[in-house]
Amino acid sequence: MEMITADIVIVGAGGAGLRAAIAVAEADPDLKVALLSKVYPMRSHTVAAEGGAAGVVKDEDSYDNHFHDTVTGGDWLCDQDAVDLFVREAPRELTRMEHWGCPWSRQPSGHVAVRPFGGMKVERTWYAADKTGFHMLHTLFQTSLKYPSIQRYDEFYSTDLLVVDGRCRGVAAIEMRSGQLRLFRAKAVILATGGAGRVFPFTTNGAIKTGDGMAMAYRAGVPLKDMEFVQYHPTGLPATGILITEGSRGEGGILVNKDGYRYLQDYGLGPPDPWPRKKAMELGPRDRLSQAFWHEQKKGRTIQTSHGDVVHLDLRHLGEKLIDERLPMVRDLAISYVGVDPVHAPIPVRPVVHYTMGGIDTDIDAKTCIEGLFAVGECACVSINGANRLGSNSLTELLVFGARAGLGAADLAAAKASQVDEAAIREQAAPAQDRVGRLFRSTGGGESIPGLRREMNATMEAGAGIYRTEASLLQSCTAMNNIRQRYGDIELEDKSNVYNTDLIQALELGAMIDVAHVIAVSALERRESRGSHQRLDYTERDDETYLTHSLAHYGAGDAPRIDYRDVVITRSQPGERVYGGDQK
Amino acid sequence: MSERHIELEILRYNPETDEAPAFQTYQVPCQEDWVVLDAVNYVKDELDRTLSYRWSCHMAVCGSCGVMINGEPMLSCKAFLRDLPDRIRIEPLANFPIERDLVVVLDDFMDKLDSVKPFLIPREEKTVESGVHIQTPAQLDRFKQYTLCINCSLCYAACPQYAHDNNFVGPAALALAHRYNLDSRDVGRTAREDVVASNAGIWECSFVGACSEVCPHDVDPAGAIQQTKIASTVDYFKYLLTPGRG
Repeated sequence: MEMITADIVIVGAGGAGLRAAIAVAEADPDLKVALLSKVYPMRSHTVAAEGGAAGVVKDEDSYDNHFHDTVTGGDWLCDQDAVDLFVREAPRELTRMEHWGCPWSRQPSGHVAVRPFGGMKVERTWYAADKTGFHMLHTLFQTSLKYPSIQRYDEFYSTDLLVVDGRCRGVAAIEMRSGQLRLFRAKAVILATGGAGRVFPFTTNGAIKTGDGMAMAYRAGVPLKDMEFVQYHPTGLPATGILITEGSRGEGGILVNKDGYRYLQDYGLGPPDPWPRKKAMELGPRDRLSQAFWHEQKKGRTIQTSHGDVVHLDLRHLGEKLIDERLPMVRDLAISYVGVDPVHAPIPVRPVVHYTMGGIDTDIDAKTCIEGLFAVGECACVSINGANRLGSNSLTELLVFGARAGLGAADLAAAKASQVDEAAIREQAAPAQDRVGRLFRSTGGGESIPGLRREMNATMEAGAGIYRTEASLLQSCTAMNNIRQRYGDIELEDKSNVYNTDLIQALELGAMIDVAHVIAVSALERRESRGSHQRLDYTERDDETYLTHSLAHYGAGDAPRIDYRDVVITRSQPGERVYGGDQK
Repeated sequence: MSERHIELEILRYNPETDEAPAFQTYQVPCQEDWVVLDAVNYVKDELDRTLSYRWSCHMAVCGSCGVMINGEPMLSCKAFLRDLPDRIRIEPLANFPIERDLVVVLDDFMDKLDSVKPFLIPREEKTVESGVHIQTPAQLDRFKQYTLCINCSLCYAACPQYAHDNNFVGPAALALAHRYNLDSRDVGRTAREDVVASNAGIWECSFVGACSEVCPHDVDPAGAIQQTKIASTVDYFKYLLTPGRG
């Protein structure tokens, strides 16, 4: 096996991975960075984020506001020291993006423009029309080309972390073009592999969001934290799950049921007028809006379509000029994929799995419990998102903590300059080689990759969706355990080496199965309702027992073992989440 | 929903076993609101696990899934079956070497992007404390269109000049250079000129305009190249008129 030596290996080249790579390159141009991605950087799912990135910029706003909006939005499950750090760094990072050329939308004065998002007291969402993630990703990718110390390895699928004597020393990865396993040796490794929305059938997430990094860290012994918290975005297109940005409500869009009624006023988010108004109605938090849809559906007040029930997102009153200026992609997507021009008709939408709040357990410096291993972005849980992420915090998160992980890794690589010897790395890579080899050799098991994937998708949606119960979750846990066993009996039909997507899908499925199992078990064990985790049998938040992060530990062959760690509370005691009313 | 049956003819090539690419035909029952990618995914999941192709976002923004559909370069996630006949021929993007099936080798495309210094080159490095650059909406509008490229490389598959000579820097990369050149925060035009105005750069473009026709985001690389030609010509005449040159 060919071995490639770098100072720092970064797995994932979306927003978080690129930001980390740039941080390393700026800190010390002598440090060699190997930037691995299973796709080309521009394909990473950061590209699909639309609405914007939060950072305090207006005179009437404050870090305190951003802090409280985030902690309240997260239903007090956020670590408050991390949130404090995050809100202070946010405007600085967004300014850096501006210096790198990000085409932020502007006010007439030439300063950057901001728009309101859900659960936000003062508007602070920086945006680039409704393609903010796209522009951020391309700006970061193009900026990364300035630095010769960043060596890219595009279309390398990482399979395993290589941990020697308790310290992370590299990764094993399949070079997809040749099908060969390569070993990357390094002094520090940063995981920036994104979320796992694909464990659910109906999601805004691209095909690549399969939880690979989460599973790698989990199997290597890092717990997955708060995995029961899965965000449903309230407005996705039926059938495809394509995201329609919260920015469309920030600009003044409204949600109505089959009677043309703004139903959110029945769920503690009203009164409806005056509109638009922050932290109320359609600018409530995502968890509340998605839950309101579920109730409307139960009451028979949603609109039936051949692709499931929907409600209507009405933008018509905004007018063509504003829609074209601020929401051009929304217009294009709606026309293309549901045949509706939002200038003339309301867009059919329904809640759709969007974001994993949970992830690889890290501290405030993006460090995991394995020395030399960092994690950042959606794959990580730092945790600033708590039980429900506030819209437009995730793009900023990948900058703030991406930079932080990069600097931390650079420090570590410079300070402890020695590389582990090649033999130790090769020894650690043997299981990875075995696992891939076994996939190639196994025959006659009779399980199919798409078949198991569909079963996993179905049981996660049925048992671990917007509302959950003991019975539904038990069923999901049992099903996931069963699927996990049967995964050993899948058989590759494609036994070739070059760009073998049968193999890659098999490995992705393996990662998703581990992650889905953790989600189901973590949700079963949290017998309360908080943020995005809603139990019909435990309808109240229980701070006495569950003001804690869940930590899922890997046990080969068995269900994950769950234990808990207290949430870091510094200055905001848990209270009631109040939206709507007559607050401004 | 009524079911329609289509026939996909997909160009297959496995470099480990095949001497040359050949078409393979699949019968696909499909829904009327499907895109070509949905049909290809059906083939992968139900008919043939050995088919390789790229895709991710299914919303025309990640740029992975470009292929030739009945001879035209298109994003397969935005090519609606309702606009296509019952027999659809799918091939890898033209003008690129085939890596496997519908997957093409993108090394040259990535090198071309890199070659034009596609990053902001400011007059001076600003500190974070000094805040953002002031840029008016009008200044943003000058280059905004050219920021919309998703790097899908359809324009290279459509470009007769790139087909003729793949030294040509090509539409996406030249449009990207133009994007930075037009940015009020950037002073890097001279630094990019080496590549942009080289004998593989803008002057090679014969202004057929195929790139702009196939662009899924109306970036208009052909327009960018023409504008760059004018700017370079103006520069040249200014240079000729400079007293004491040479």
